[in-house]
Amino acid sequence: MKKLQRYTNKINLFMGLLVIVGFLLVMMISFFYTPHDVNAMNIPEKLRGPGGHYFFGTDEFGRDIFSRIMKGTQTAFAVGLLTVVIGTVFGIIIGGIAGYVGGWIDEIFMRTMDALMAFPGIILALMLVAVFGPGIVNTAIALGIIAIPAIARIARSGFVQQRDSEYVLAAKLIGVKPHSVMFRHILPNISSQIIVAATVTFATAMLAEAALSYLGLGVQPPNPSWGRMLKDSQAYLIGAPWYTYAPGGAITILVLGLYMLSNALRDFMDPRSKS
Amino acid sequence: MKLKISGLMLLTFIMALVMGACSSDGEKNTTNSNSSNGQTTADVPQDIVVRVNDDPDFLDPHKATASISYQMIMNMFEGLMAPETDGSLKEGLAESYEISEDGLTYTFKIRQGVKFHNGDDLTMDDIQYSFDRLMGKNGGEKMSNNFDNVASTEAPDASTFVIKLKEPNSNFLYSLTARQSAIIPKSNDGKHNENPIGTGPFAFVKYAPGTNLELKKNEHYWQEGLPYLNKVTFAFQSDDQAAIMSLMANEVDLTSVPWHRVSEVEGSYNLSHQNNNSSLIVTFNETKAPFDNVKVRQAINYAISKSDIIDSVFAGYAVPLGSNMSPAMGDYQKKGLESMYERDVEKAKALLAEAGYADGFKTKITVSSHNDIYSNIAQIVVANLQEIGIDVEIEVVEWGIWLDRVYFGRDYAMTTIDLTGRASAFEILNDYISTNDSENFFLFKNEEYDKIMTDVLKETDQAKQKDYYHRAQEILAEQAAAVYIADYQIVWGSDKQVTGLKSYPFWFHDMSEVKFSN
Amino acid sequence: MMYILRRIILLITTILLVSIITFGVFQILPGDPVRTMLGTEADPTQIENLRSELGLDRPLYEQYVDWMKGLLTGQLGNSIRFSMPVKELLFDRLPVTMSLAGLTLIIVLFISLPLGMFAARRQNKLSDVSLSTVTQIGMAVPSFWLGMMLILYIGLQFSFFKISGYIPWTQSVAGALSTLILPALTIAIPQIAINFRYVRTAILEQVQLDYVRTIRSKGMSEQNVMYKHVLKNSMIPILTVFGLIMAEVVAGTIIVEQVFSLPGVGQLLITAISNRDFPLVQGIVMYITVAVVMINFIVDVLYSVLDPRIRLR
Repeated sequence: MKKLQRYTNKINLFMGLLVIVGFLLVMMISFFYTPHDVNAMNIPEKLRGPGGHYFFGTDEFGRDIFSRIMKGTQTAFAVGLLTVVIGTVFGIIIGGIAGYVGGWIDEIFMRTMDALMAFPGIILALMLVAVFGPGIVNTAIALGIIAIPAIARIARSGFVQQRDSEYVLAAKLIGVKPHSVMFRHILPNISSQIIVAATVTFATAMLAEAALSYLGLGVQPPNPSWGRMLKDSQAYLIGAPWYTYAPGGAITILVLGLYMLSNALRDFMDPRSKS
Repeated sequence: MKLKISGLMLLTFIMALVMGACSSDGEKNTTNSNSSNGQTTADVPQDIVVRVNDDPDFLDPHKATASISYQMIMNMFEGLMAPETDGSLKEGLAESYEISEDGLTYTFKIRQGVKFHNGDDLTMDDIQYSFDRLMGKNGGEKMSNNFDNVASTEAPDASTFVIKLKEPNSNFLYSLTARQSAIIPKSNDGKHNENPIGTGPFAFVKYAPGTNLELKKNEHYWQEGLPYLNKVTFAFQSDDQAAIMSLMANEVDLTSVPWHRVSEVEGSYNLSHQNNNSSLIVTFNETKAPFDNVKVRQAINYAISKSDIIDSVFAGYAVPLGSNMSPAMGDYQKKGLESMYERDVEKAKALLAEAGYADGFKTKITVSSHNDIYSNIAQIVVANLQEIGIDVEIEVVEWGIWLDRVYFGRDYAMTTIDLTGRASAFEILNDYISTNDSENFFLFKNEEYDKIMTDVLKETDQAKQKDYYHRAQEILAEQAAAVYIADYQIVWGSDKQVTGLKSYPFWFHDMSEVKFSN
Repeated sequence: MMYILRRIILLITTILLVSIITFGVFQILPGDPVRTMLGTEADPTQIENLRSELGLDRPLYEQYVDWMKGLLTGQLGNSIRFSMPVKELLFDRLPVTMSLAGLTLIIVLFISLPLGMFAARRQNKLSDVSLSTVTQIGMAVPSFWLGMMLILYIGLQFSFFKISGYIPWTQSVAGALSTLILPALTIAIPQIAINFRYVRTAILEQVQLDYVRTIRSKGMSEQNVMYKHVLKNSMIPILTVFGLIMAEVVAGTIIVEQVFSLPGVGQLLITAISNRDFPLVQGIVMYITVAVVMINFIVDVLYSVLDPRIRLR
């Protein structure tokens, strides 16, 4: 039975990696080559169906959807990775200090995180985007801030667990400085949980970007963003269904890949499944 | 093995339960909706549901300013004058009127036997009260700047109302429609917003914020036989794409149809095209370099393709413009200006070079997110201007931020917006553009233009007024005050049975003559 | 008792912090409520009049203090955009959102529980693996798109479903269902995937425990083992997840209410934010936070009832 369990995980891992590596490859290629210029408009050619000259058809400005999907991987990874970096760095610092130091600092930090978490993410994103202004970087900052509490909680519980373990006490005894204990000794031991959470954060960032685009904000046109394309395609749902399936499919597949990867990682790193 | 089956069975059972519940309810509901909507019954109930994008700002007609509010509430109120579908005026609560030779005294004969929705007769007191309230003369704050030019108002007898002006103003009658000066009953003072009362064809029933505004037939309406409808519900729905689906699902009877989706409803619904009389523009902050240079503005005019915008953003449902004035305004419009700047990239480049920007420049276009048309237009602007070396970045902001920063703050480089239609040619040309006007947010300044706008008010001869207006439009085009793109049409989709819709050169869902027929 | 008291203090702190965060963000948020409300047609006189009428010419912190004072006496103040008491607006909308959230939870439960049990039973067989994959797809689809697709492929095909607006339960049960099923499904689909996984794992963990082996060896029927023991004992971990899912559902209503034009609290919140209607935003945010925190509180209390060991910690 254990063998079969591993087998399922392997499928998840394989599929997840396949999707992510696939999109990464597309992103690499898109830096040098796309079949058409992504922002070149050709109004007479608008809303052409897929096939032939335009692999996935064209949008309402006659731009090649396939090229824009390719280029959109750059936006997706930029927003996703930046969100993950902001979320994990600040999450680990806040959660780490709270867990390691404990006491009042723990209470203050974690209650603030609770308050942030009690906020529906999309509302906080909406307000933060209004403050920072739109754009790839600003959207990622807003989404990153929203990701902090979840990571901080994981980091905190990790630090609390490890705080009193023997190796930490030993390190303290030989006079290792606190920040060194925290980041050199404890952090590597909880990194697996954080990596899983980061993968999930990447996936939620994709979905949140799409939701922001639905509300008219988020990544700015004409930069191709899947979320924005998906929103724009709503007007052509019946007349040009291919337009909506391309970005919808891209988001779904990438997010699915990320979820599969995170599930596989979680199962592999779960000590109970190792024994 | 046995267990596996039972698990599956449980699942199927639950599914069946859910499905069963749905379908049996479904049948019940269809019968329900048939009797309530009555689309299959012989006598057609006269209840209409009209979809509107947003809530009104106020129901009090003197307080309301957003054009979306008037779209709805003008069904409840009337002024001394009433708008006509061609942009002219007709008598409203006034039966007839006279203007003195010097253009200063306006004498109105008031219609007799008019009743408010609460059954009270319309009296001179109410008319006096309404104007006093607007001018801030009965203790309250001044509510409008439209009547600053009024010297006095009086009611010499029970059917005459006289307004005296300080200076002649050929546009004054336009301030007397329900939009600017609705007549409301004195007895309702202090409650005009919670329980609005007027003399219009429909009376207020209920307002549910974010959901709908319900009106019912005014049984005492002074126009014999009108209105036909018993009930009008304005349902608020912000998503255009969802709204068209609601029309398809028969949940609303009348809605604007997104341009690209017209073909989906053609044939099964009545479509009417309304020239909105608004002017969609791309404009610049004209006090800021490089847009203070007329050559730069002209170059941009030559570079931007109106037809690309019309085709891709409005699916062709728009008329190109050459100034603020739309063809909807008849012969007030100066013809031919729309082709003054035919697309010409070489000429645009040459003009840019003459202005000293041979290598182009970098700038930013700030647009509002409340409607996708703005960011879509911006994308075409970016592509068009790239060809002449101008590098434009798009910044999409919320409507509130746009108003703050661009419209009121005037802290922007470029923007795009549609200037709401007005019934009067004067307002169309004066608002937003002339330095006489506080709304001049693109900070256009031209002395000849400002002089025309002052002089035209003193001119009583209609033909001469038109000459002034034509010259004003030429100036806007020559000076490239903005890139005048188009007057886009609103395509109204309605249930096949709905007849009697009227379209005005401004936003007004006039329900007075609408009815359902077989 | 101490445990519950501590939780209540926590709850109050969280709410206070949330209100301060909202207030802080509003301090730096560009955009003006009166201008947004009156639009481009307003003349300066009207803007000034309305601003002083609403007391918006006072500094924001004064407005916050006033708001806090009102809160202590149970008042949430007046909405700027709708010139109505926030309380009234909120109570009008609450039934919609609560019905939507309730129906969503029922759907999640009724689908994920049997599916999870079924998958656990068929562990690592093809049906299990494919169920896991299929449910994960539900998690990966952007919710507004999912909503649109449901409207297009279900809402417009079957006349039973209404795709916009809301009919109260009191008026017609079928009517309410016809307006709520599609939006509830839109929110439920991703949550089913999450809950399904947890149910499956929880049951698998129970099945491996010694007591199950013992009662099985005693000859108890598989049916009884499953429903009387395994399911009951798996409820504790499942309950924890359910707290999380409730919070997700509350958040999920926001976008989905927009797609289906449901006049709920989420839709009101989006309007309130874009109108910079501070009293209304504060009122709604309070409600949502209280709801989310309360749900977690109830889950924690239930948890301690189900598993007495927790109370000792």
